[in-house]
Amino acid sequence: MRFMVIVKATPESEKEGALPDAQMLAEMGKFNEELIKAGVVLAMDGLQPSSKGARVKFSGKSRTVVDGPFAETKELIAGFWMWQVKSLEEAIEWVKRCPNPHAGDSEIEIRQVFEMEDFAPILSQEEIQYKVEKRAELPNQAIKR
Amino acid sequence: MSATDPHHATHRTIEAVWRIESSRVIAGLTRLTRDVGLAEDLAQEALVAALEQWPQSGVPDNPAAWLTATAKRRAIDLFRRNAVAERKYEELGRELEVLEQTMPDLSSTLDNTISDDLLRLVFISCHPVLSTESRAALTLRLLGGLTTDEIARAFLTPEPTIAQRIVRAKRTLADKHIPFEVPRGPDLAARLSSVLEVIYLIFNEGYSATAGDDLMRPTLCEDALRLGRILAELTPREPEVHGLLGLMEIQASRTRTRISPTGEPILLLEQNRAHWDLLLIHRGLTAIDRAHKTSKSRGPYLLQAEIAACHARARTPEETDWPRIVSLYTELAALTPSPIVELNRAVAVSMVHGPQAALDLVEALATDPSLDGYHLLPSVRADLLYKLGRYPEARHYFQQAAALTRNTRERALLLSRAAACQTR
Repeated sequence: MRFMVIVKATPESEKEGALPDAQMLAEMGKFNEELIKAGVVLAMDGLQPSSKGARVKFSGKSRTVVDGPFAETKELIAGFWMWQVKSLEEAIEWVKRCPNPHAGDSEIEIRQVFEMEDFAPILSQEEIQYKVEKRAELPNQAIKR
Repeated sequence: MSATDPHHATHRTIEAVWRIESSRVIAGLTRLTRDVGLAEDLAQEALVAALEQWPQSGVPDNPAAWLTATAKRRAIDLFRRNAVAERKYEELGRELEVLEQTMPDLSSTLDNTISDDLLRLVFISCHPVLSTESRAALTLRLLGGLTTDEIARAFLTPEPTIAQRIVRAKRTLADKHIPFEVPRGPDLAARLSSVLEVIYLIFNEGYSATAGDDLMRPTLCEDALRLGRILAELTPREPEVHGLLGLMEIQASRTRTRISPTGEPILLLEQNRAHWDLLLIHRGLTAIDRAHKTSKSRGPYLLQAEIAACHARARTPEETDWPRIVSLYTELAALTPSPIVELNRAVAVSMVHGPQAALDLVEALATDPSLDGYHLLPSVRADLLYKLGRYPEARHYFQQAAALTRNTRERALLLSRAAACQTR
């Protein structure tokens, strides 16, 4: 199963032109290397402060653009990984090994990614029927990949 | 016991720690004891100790170091009791000291040693002296951190059978004095290919379940992918390792489109490409690039990965570069002559030169006794006959294919195609 592991922002990481501390960067690099060696990490990235971002607010049919920065720092994210592990507990164990991503207090949030099976119940019976009928007319393949 | 029960929670944590650490713990212990079976027993004892102690004492800060230290203490006790190998005993003592001194920062100084030990563990688990089945079970157990029960469920085999398979494999390794080492020189290629074979077998067992009601067991695919990703970091200079990883990543990118909600297989050309997993495709293409950077030559896994990449790059089935696929299959057939490769090549040929050209190839293959009982041969043949409008013959071969497949879902699909021939 997959998890998105989210590093929350801090007032420091939200500062204009904020760059991570060199020491922390080195430690994080080592941790990432460990994750890669363990075959756990699928993707990862760090995010610039929200001052370089924007939000699009939806209300019915209208769209309003709000430029960053955004105030509620604790709810913002500073970076993320996508991991493939066996369980939430395994993700938690890995996160516990992560160096503290910011000076002082930080928070890392772990969220499970939806798998296709989770959506199976919302496919309509017609969609299923259509697929079954269509299949009989399409070419067969020996290449099952 | 409920999920919120603290004991249960600790058990789940211990399982997770085991999953992360067991292979490294076992690898390190094998180097010390020179006996992979004993190493695993010791690691298991440490796990049992953790299960007994951690619910009371809490999970230690460095659980891996705790497990290793506990296992090593057991090893020392054992050696002391058996009064064997004075030198080995001293070595263990020294190792333990070093370990205790470096406990807070275990991974930094020992990084290279750990990687070397892990690679040795990969090679010994996949040693050709063992049957392919045993290699797969042992690899999942020692490197994947799976329990015997999990392996048994994955392979739809009774647990005692798997347990026995593992015990026998460990005994064989000990009896034949298989060294705990990374093979060198001319040996390396053959041994590496045995490793790749095992990982791909595990992947395929998950991807196209050979028996049973499920067409896929995705967790087994994930286990194989994890092993492949680990191996790619352990042997970054081996193009075929990246080739296999690329192949598996791209195949896995189609996982969610290969089966309809009602459980029938959906063939490649009718899959909803919008639902292919772009992250895995990207990872697959990156693996292929890495393979190219390490070597100019293309081995069989890399060639298959490139064929898979041709499909992955095509946004619609019509955009598929079939001539390139035909040429890749031709290269593959020259490298590893096999009727199955020829059969796949025939399918690609049908896309370039039409069904008749392909049928000629398939009919020639039908005389090959090694394809007797292989359901995809009549299945492809039936499909080509269907396209040529030769419905009664098509029906015959669809039925033959249905009778040969061991997968119930696939059988249903083949029978429905046979039935469709009758109405034409």
